[in-house]
Parts: sequence; structure tokens; C-alpha cells
Amino acid sequence: MSLTHLELLEAEAIQIMREVVAETEKPVMLYSIGKDSGAMLHLAKKAFYPAPPPFPLLHVDTTFKFRDMYTMRDRMAAESGMELLVHKNPDAIARNINPFTHGSQVHTDTWKTEGLKQALDKYGFDAAFGGARRDEEKSRAKERVFSFRSAQHRWDPKNQRPELWRLYNTRKQKGESIRVFPLSNWTEMDVWQYIYLEGIPIVPLYYAAERPIVERDGALIMVDDDRLPLKPGEKPQQRMVRFRTLGCYPLTGAVESTATTLPAIIREMQASEVSERQGRVIDYDSPSSMEQKKQEGYF
Amino acid sequence: MRPNAQIDTAIDADLRVAKSLLRFNTCGSVDDGKSTLIGRMLFESGVIPKDQLAALEADSKRVGTRPGELDYALLLDGLSAEREQGITIDVSYRFFATDKRKFIVADTPGHEQYTRNMVTGASTADLSIILIDARKGVLTQTRRHSYLVWLLGIRHVVLVVNKMDLVDYSNDVFAKIEADYRAFAEQLGFDEITCIPVSAVRGDNIMKHSTATPWYQGATLMGLLNEVQVDHSRLRNDPLRMPVQWVNRPNLDFRGFAGTIVAGTVKPGDMVRVQPSNKTTKVSRIVSFDGDLPSATVGQSITLTLADEVDVSRGDLIVTADSPAEIANQFEATVVWMNEGPLLRGRTYLLKIGTKTVTATVGAIKNKINVNNLEQVPAPTLGLNEIGVCNLELDRPIAFDAYKVNRDTGGFILIDRMTNDTVGAGMLHFALRRAQNVHWQALDVNKQARAAIKGQKPCLLWYTGLSGAGKSTIANLVDKKLHSMNRHTYLLDGDNVRHGLNKDLGFTAADRVENIRRIAEVARLMVDAGLIVSTAFISPFRAEREMARYLLPPGEFIEIFVDTPLSVAEQRDPKGLYKKARRGELKNFTGIDSPYETPEKPELRIDTTLLSPEAAAERVVAFLQARGALEGPA
Repeated sequence: MSLTHLELLEAEAIQIMREVVAETEKPVMLYSIGKDSGAMLHLAKKAFYPAPPPFPLLHVDTTFKFRDMYTMRDRMAAESGMELLVHKNPDAIARNINPFTHGSQVHTDTWKTEGLKQALDKYGFDAAFGGARRDEEKSRAKERVFSFRSAQHRWDPKNQRPELWRLYNTRKQKGESIRVFPLSNWTEMDVWQYIYLEGIPIVPLYYAAERPIVERDGALIMVDDDRLPLKPGEKPQQRMVRFRTLGCYPLTGAVESTATTLPAIIREMQASEVSERQGRVIDYDSPSSMEQKKQEGYF
Repeated sequence: MRPNAQIDTAIDADLRVAKSLLRFNTCGSVDDGKSTLIGRMLFESGVIPKDQLAALEADSKRVGTRPGELDYALLLDGLSAEREQGITIDVSYRFFATDKRKFIVADTPGHEQYTRNMVTGASTADLSIILIDARKGVLTQTRRHSYLVWLLGIRHVVLVVNKMDLVDYSNDVFAKIEADYRAFAEQLGFDEITCIPVSAVRGDNIMKHSTATPWYQGATLMGLLNEVQVDHSRLRNDPLRMPVQWVNRPNLDFRGFAGTIVAGTVKPGDMVRVQPSNKTTKVSRIVSFDGDLPSATVGQSITLTLADEVDVSRGDLIVTADSPAEIANQFEATVVWMNEGPLLRGRTYLLKIGTKTVTATVGAIKNKINVNNLEQVPAPTLGLNEIGVCNLELDRPIAFDAYKVNRDTGGFILIDRMTNDTVGAGMLHFALRRAQNVHWQALDVNKQARAAIKGQKPCLLWYTGLSGAGKSTIANLVDKKLHSMNRHTYLLDGDNVRHGLNKDLGFTAADRVENIRRIAEVARLMVDAGLIVSTAFISPFRAEREMARYLLPPGEFIEIFVDTPLSVAEQRDPKGLYKKARRGELKNFTGIDSPYETPEKPELRIDTTLLSPEAAAERVVAFLQARGALEGPA
């Protein structure tokens, strides 16, 4: 009986996580509450069972996540028995950075990119797990599983270490840190199938439901709280939608869907004709924008 | 079990039974249409979403190489630098799936850095696609690619003869290329070779049989990838191999050994052996998050508990008790060199194999392989992207299998201790018998005994610095002072050693490394004899000084950096060497056309622009006294 592709992907992710724990001093798991984070957290529980995962969870908060996501975050942290660290960039708080007055780029740079660097420096983490996958976006196809960052958190795409077999060179200079992507070889479909098979809890926003929606530049934006300024004449309408990715609610577009169960989501995915990140506003800021963000220290 | 999942039997069946995983890599250059071929496969398998296709149409109009047509290659080029240059420069990974299989494609470029990238991509592949331009036939690069994938242990290649549309779909052209290739590949010995005539641009024989090649009855490319048997079964029937990755000790009552099985199967009750200690015991449980498992097989990441309290730690190998791996500390290996600086005999690197990291010293380099014609040529060093066979000596024994038996217990990477870069990858072939037969003779009269007679603590004072820095002068003065204190010393001087022991060596980088290696070994024997030894050599490379440091127990190697700026040393020029070097009469002269790597953390730094030789010598003696190095043994 040979192993299925999901069993092999699971084994690979577990091997990567154990290698980090064995060879780095202070690892942390970045927990962004989405489905990939959920799958990654589940894999961590499996990798270190019966011990709890020997690292904390870190949420770099932008204060603009969907309310359902905060509920989920606190529940998952409590259930896993892991320490949850929440970091909010104090500078962003002081300047009241938000996507409405500052635009998506400044909002994301300040809360996420700067916030992440601050948090890693503050706690002195030398390795951080992230749920990024190579299939998400073209520039990620060449990302290593172990991706090194300078002391200034910069990524140099031209100077990456070769990764052969299952051998990862985790040695680093003082001040350097590693981003580790255990889900590198997973696709969006793999993640959904795994969530289904393993019964991994996900934020209800992934399921279709009637939600208050305004349509802006073709994106379906959910009015999740009263911070979203409505334009003159704009009125939220109840529409049957779900989310394929979750981020800051004003920057994340919903898709029209009737998929209210996991099997329905998987079937919808099989017939899907648009890519997952299309709902993200940030990828469209400029050409090659994701690659640039990464060089600057975005995850 | 599944709190929020609704059961769907069709999806269940799809996930639990059918789908397997095939990893393959692609070899060929942009000119052969490789990116187009992969783009085409992604397109045909339906994984390209509509919004990306729209982007592809726009990109094709803007930067595409074929006006009016979709340029599938644009689906692949990820990094903006590459898009501008129009070539891919690194390994990238793509994914697609059919009803039967999920595929992971390692896409490696044919140009720059081809060896490093191709070896990386091939290291995890089950199968390789080798691409040929039908107009050009079997080329040097085809032979190079084939050799590399064979070297990495791939036994099944698919020869895709592309651009058939540009040779009028000629059966003769295809047949000649196939015959040429099979004749060449015979000397390598693949298990299986499949040749397919294709046009990636037009989609011929990719998904569907092409009407343009009625003479071709074989499988389409996608048909073959779906059906090909992957050689997992051999590893499943091999004896157990599980490198211990992490010891799981959540409390005093539980001690589990976590690792990924790289060969064989295991179940509770099996007798196992822990290597290299060779203790045997029984498997108690296979512990998992979903409950104890009745058995586990190659590819799974598991946690075992053992019946007896044997000492097991990360880096050990758990194996079937009566079919253990070999244990040795000297090997013959093939090394693929991936670093700008060359691989040199005598250099020391970290070697990571499985979950173990040890120190490896490069022994004799036997030959390098001309990857274009497979000829073996003698070589003193290996340069970037070169492949050769050499001996390796480790600082301690490890358990291993030959690479051709198992990639995970026979494949290794080499890591530079200073830069932490991965500088090479290699494949162990066999142990050198020397390792088992020549033991370090344990003598009854040991170092402590010899040193005790002299009432001193042996150590090695390693002076390093530019030519003319004052190393020999200071070392001489220190030696005289120690001698007058009744210390038994010996000074190994650079020029003197080159008159005898090392008179066969020149000044190339390789010879300089060997020069220092011999001196370090001689110095080690003298320290072992109980002496306080001084060496005065330029010793320009950090790696060699570190190698000498590692030969001695901690604390016995004292690095003294005689720090003199180049301009000052050149002005002194006591032997007239700088003048000669400036005139081009002396090659590889340190500071002029050969680098000096400044010590990062010397035990002592002497600034000769501030201290006279006499004052410097006093500093050294005072330093030794402060460290207690001149007191008798306790």
C-alpha cells in the first residue's frame, strides 16, 4: 500500500518542523488564522505529539482582521495549550494607520511588514514558520523551504542555498534569521483536502453565508464593523458569499458562492477558474509587487 | 473525529485511495522550449485559473517571443530580474494534478549554474524529462544532463524530442535522434528510457496523440507520467533505516524517537539496532496523534518508543537489528562543487548526512569528470560546478549506506564553517578499509606523562600575518625567552620547512593548503610530544588556521595575529619579495595577487606599528603566563 500524496506532504512538513526545533535556538510559528495557518498548526501538533509544539504562536495583528478571525485565534490558542503572542506595531497605533486614509500599501507595510520585524527582534526569534506555499504566486515558486533573512530582515533572491534531498543547512550568522515554509509543496487544493480529511477547524468566513457586502472596483468587500466608511449612496447588501483567503477585511474580496460545507468548497475549487490571491488587493499595487515586498521583509 | 466536516464518499475515495505523488525534473535550455513545455503541461492539466490566463494574454502581447500566440513560458518566469533577462536562473517548483496523480516539477535551467541547479532539482526526483530540439539532435548538453540525473540516482528518463513541427514531423529525424540517444545512454545504464516526439507550442503528443505523427504509437507525455511505475517498492522491502531527528521527552515517563523512515517498514516488536553505538533493542510502540500505529513504512514521519533504556540521540540511525548499515569514518565519494572558491585537499568542512553533522577533511582528489564526454581526468582541485571523486575523512564514525542503495543514508552536503554556505553535495560510495584497519596507536607513555617530565603544559603558538610582518622575528624572541625559562620548545619556521618537509610544494592555493596541513600535523605530533611549539607562517587562509585549531584539544591552539598593514610590510620588505611580486616575477604573493584573510578572533593580536619586536615578545610571554600556560601541570 503506497502512501497518498497528502500522507507524503504531511510527512514532509513534519520532518521540516522537527528539523527546525532540533537545530534552531528560538523558533516561533506565525499564526495568521487562515486555513494555511490552521493546517500548519495541526501539523505541528502531530509532529511533536505527545508533547505540545515546543514554540509559541505569534500573531502580527493589523487590528483590521475580521471579527470571526479574532474569535478563532483565541479559541485555537486555548485548545492547543500553546502560548499566543500578539504584536501590534505601536507606531501604527500612534499614527492610527488604516487602509482608508493611508491606502493598502502603507497599511500593509506598517502593520505587517514593520510589525513582523519588530516582533521578531523584540522576542529574539531566530526561526519563524510561515504558511506560504509555492503555488500561491510566481515569485514564490523559487522560494526555498528554509529562507534566510539578513539582520535587517532582507531577502536576497539571487543568493539562496541549494536544498538537496531532505537535507537543510540551518546554520546562520549572528543576527540572521530563517523563515521556514513547511507547506512549500502544498497547493491550495491540497490544503482544503487535508482540512477535510483531518477535520481541522476553520474560520466560518470560508463557508458561504449571507453577509453585508459593498462592491468596490469589482471587489466584494464585507462590512464587518462600522469603521468602513461608506461612500455617498453606498448601501451594504446581503449577498451569499464566502472567502478564499482571509486578511484585513477592507482589503479582502469575497466570492459569490453557495458552498456551505467542506465537500462543497472542494467541488467548487475543482471547477474554479480564478486564482486564490485574486481577492487580495495588495498584489495589484504594482508589477512584481510581492517580490518587492519580500525583499523588504514582508513574509 | 471530524467535528465540522461533512462526509462525502466520492471525495473520500478520491483522497484516501487513488492519488499518488510523482516528482520529476526537467532538463534543457530555454532554447529547447522547456519553459514552454512545462507551461503547456500546466495549461493542459487545467490548473491555470482564468485570471492568470488573462494576465498571460496581456504578457504575451507585451513581452512574448511569438507574436499573436500565447507564450506559455511566461507562466513560469517568476522573479523580475529573470523576466528582464529572459532566462530562468534558479530551481523553481511547479504543481499540477490529474485524477490519478499529483505532480511536483523541479524546473532547472540549462544555462548558468546548470550543475548546481540540476543536481538540486534531481535530488528529489523520481524521473527526469530530458528535452531535445529536433532540429539539433543529441548535443553535448544532452549528455551532460543525462549524466547528472543518472549520478543523482534517477533510473527512468523521458526523452522529449521537441519542435517536431519545425522538422515537418519527420519520423526519420525522430528515429535518428532516438537511436543516437540510446547508443549514448547505454554506457550510463538507465533502467528505462522513453522517447516521445512533441511540439510544446502546438501541443502535439502532450495530452492527446497528434494526427501529425501517425507513425508514433507510444504514450503521450501526460499519459506516461500518469502511468509510470515509481520505484518506491524497492525501498519498502529494504531493511529499516530511520535517522533519529529529535528526541521527544515531554515528561519523565515518555521518551520517543522522532524521525522519517527512509527505508523499510517497522512495527511494534521488531528488533532494531541503534547505530553507530550498535546497541540492540525492541520497538515498543509507534506513537501518533491519531493513536498508536500497527506499522509504518518508508516516507512516513513517526515517533517510536523502545523497550530498553538505550542511549539514543539526534543523528543516530535506527535500523533492522540483523541488517545494519555500514559504519566508517573514511570514504570515497563523488562531490559536486557549488562554491566560487575551489575544493582543496586538506580543507575541513561540516558534513551533514541524514540528521547528523560531523567534520570532514578532504583527502586525495582522485579525478574530476568531464561531464560533456564522461571522461575522467586527474585534478588537484574542483572548481565551481565541477564534479569529482575524492576521499573524505570524518572526525568520528557514522552509519551509512552507499548512495546507489539509498539516497538519504548516502547523500550529504558540505557546509563552510565560516560563511555557513552550502558549498558542495556528495554521494558516498564505499568505506575505505584503512578506516577499520589503521587505529591510532594508544601509547602507554602519553602526552601528559611526557609533559610532566618537563614540568610544562604543551601548546601551539600559531603566528600568522603578511610576509615581512615580523612573525619569525617575534617568534624567535619568544622562543629564546621561553628557553631561558627552562621551557622545552620548538620553532617551526616557514622558510625552513619549505627546504625539507615541503620542498615539493609550490605557492598555488592548493599547495598552500597542503603546506599548512603538513605543518599543522607535524606541530600536533610535537605538542603530543609535550613541547611548546611555535609556527611562523603567513597561513593566509582562515580555513587552514581553523583546521589546525581543530586538530588540538580546546585551549592548546593559540592564534597570534601579527598585524602589520600591507604598506608597512611592503616598505620593510626584508627579503625583497614585495618588489619581485610587484614586478610580476613572483606569482600568488599574499597581499599582492593572493588574499590574506584576517583572523576574526585571534587569541592575541599584536600591532607592530605600536610595539617593537622585543615588546611584542614580552606581550606574548605575559599572555602565556596570564593563561597559566607556563605553569607545570597540576
